[in-house]
Amino acid sequence: MEVISNSPEITRLIDHLFRRESGRLVAILTRRFGVAHLHLAEDVVQDALVKAMQTWPFTGVPQNPSAWLLQTARNRALDQTRRNTVWFGKQSELAPLVEDCLQTALTVPLPQFEDEIRDSQLRMMFVCCHPGLPPETQVALTLKTLCGFGEREIAAAFLSNEAAIMKRLVRARQYLREQAVSLELPSVESLAPRVDIVLQALYQLFNEGYKASHGSSLLRADLCAESTRLTELLLAHPLGDQPATHALLALMHLGAARLDARADDGGNVLLLAEQDRSRWNQAQIQTGLRHLANSGRGSHISRYHLEAGIAACHCLAPNFASTDWLQIITLYDLLLQQAGSPVVALNRAVAIAQVKGPRAALTALDEIDDQKALANYHLYYAVAGQLWLDAAEPDNAALNFRRALELAALPAERLLLEKRLSQCEG
Amino acid sequence: MTTESHKPQFLLLLRQPQAGPHPSPEEMQQIMARFMLWMKAMSAKGLVLGANGLEDTGKLLRGPRGATVTDGPYPEAKEIVGGFIHISADSLEHAVEIARDCPGLDYRMVVEVRAIKQH
Repeated sequence: MEVISNSPEITRLIDHLFRRESGRLVAILTRRFGVAHLHLAEDVVQDALVKAMQTWPFTGVPQNPSAWLLQTARNRALDQTRRNTVWFGKQSELAPLVEDCLQTALTVPLPQFEDEIRDSQLRMMFVCCHPGLPPETQVALTLKTLCGFGEREIAAAFLSNEAAIMKRLVRARQYLREQAVSLELPSVESLAPRVDIVLQALYQLFNEGYKASHGSSLLRADLCAESTRLTELLLAHPLGDQPATHALLALMHLGAARLDARADDGGNVLLLAEQDRSRWNQAQIQTGLRHLANSGRGSHISRYHLEAGIAACHCLAPNFASTDWLQIITLYDLLLQQAGSPVVALNRAVAIAQVKGPRAALTALDEIDDQKALANYHLYYAVAGQLWLDAAEPDNAALNFRRALELAALPAERLLLEKRLSQCEG
Repeated sequence: MTTESHKPQFLLLLRQPQAGPHPSPEEMQQIMARFMLWMKAMSAKGLVLGANGLEDTGKLLRGPRGATVTDGPYPEAKEIVGGFIHISADSLEHAVEIARDCPGLDYRMVVEVRAIKQH
């Protein structure tokens, strides 16, 4: 849905302002109220946004929307503590915290305040990605609290439903309360594994957006953008400034740089070989490569290093044919050892086909250990079908394309498969 | 005075449903932006005589000189009037056509159109 910027006011309503403010405000309010009162922080922020939604159409967008929302959240929080309604029993603890926190926020110079917000958001990342929470919950909680997504939007991202997401979040808050999880930064001893978990969650979030298995293109771009933003936030803090973080950022930028070219103007899926590389965002590729260079410090090679390396090979190739496939295969070999999965093996087979031909690739497919995991994966059959077609065996190809069609959900992918199928039968 | 002041006048009362799921921050921003565009469009046509939001809570007075004063509107009320737009229009039908563009209608808002008595 488009907002036509035909007035200076509407331009003050920058893209996703409410979403971003939600993330910022929940972070600093939770910092003051404590993680046990996370839900209260969320309620107060929600109320402030509702108030803005109901007021600004009549009063106009304020000069400083952030300040207005902060002030409103503060007043709302004070109202609640004084009225002792929702916050029954907590009034004596919380009122002074609210008074103090937001008073400081409104008088402290802005750059310092921005530092506090960034710091609070970083701490929230460790809370959301607490090791005691299941990975899917970590991602959902990150999207809700740090990214300001609604339950329905989170459900759309994960092919789930709103009720299931709400339940997940309720259980998460309960867990955090019961375990008395705080916003204290992890100790030095526990830092490395904690950062790893955060990186994993951000990687998962990015992939939801990148692999494009469902959801609108806007949503997918949002997920990529949000996960990238949070990874950059992590990197900006000394605790998060590690080679693996740079590697993950490299992977994200090198991937996102190519998102635009993945579909043609008609919305049809384009394979790598067919993509118009002039649509790749070169500036973003440079950013990715910079991070890849920075990730070279230290001796540990993470899966992010390897995946970023593969992405870099693609990004550096002026066209499909001149891609360094040997290097890509080497990286896939390492990735299989580190973080092997049938999907990784599948992608490796595609690379092998470029160097050794389709039959060698088909052999590689057969050699994949976990065949069961691939049995219902439409891309497996799509890849196999293409390899058989390239090997001049249209009958085998057709078999695989048909199976892929049975399993493929996205209209754009189905169209591509049907095209291939008709090539076999033609 | 121009003929506008002799045109019939109406109040559009924006009734907000109290129950139901909250919109997400992103949705709220979109709703708000649509509202702003709608109001700008009406103002540009010279239709708007006044408009404002109303606070959620106030007081209810009953009996001589407000013998009983309670908090109101009731929080249990199904809908609460959250704002009003005072417009001039050619007729009730015209006012209704104007009200049709209210974006709140996509979000379970009820728009009440009332003619102001002409003397």
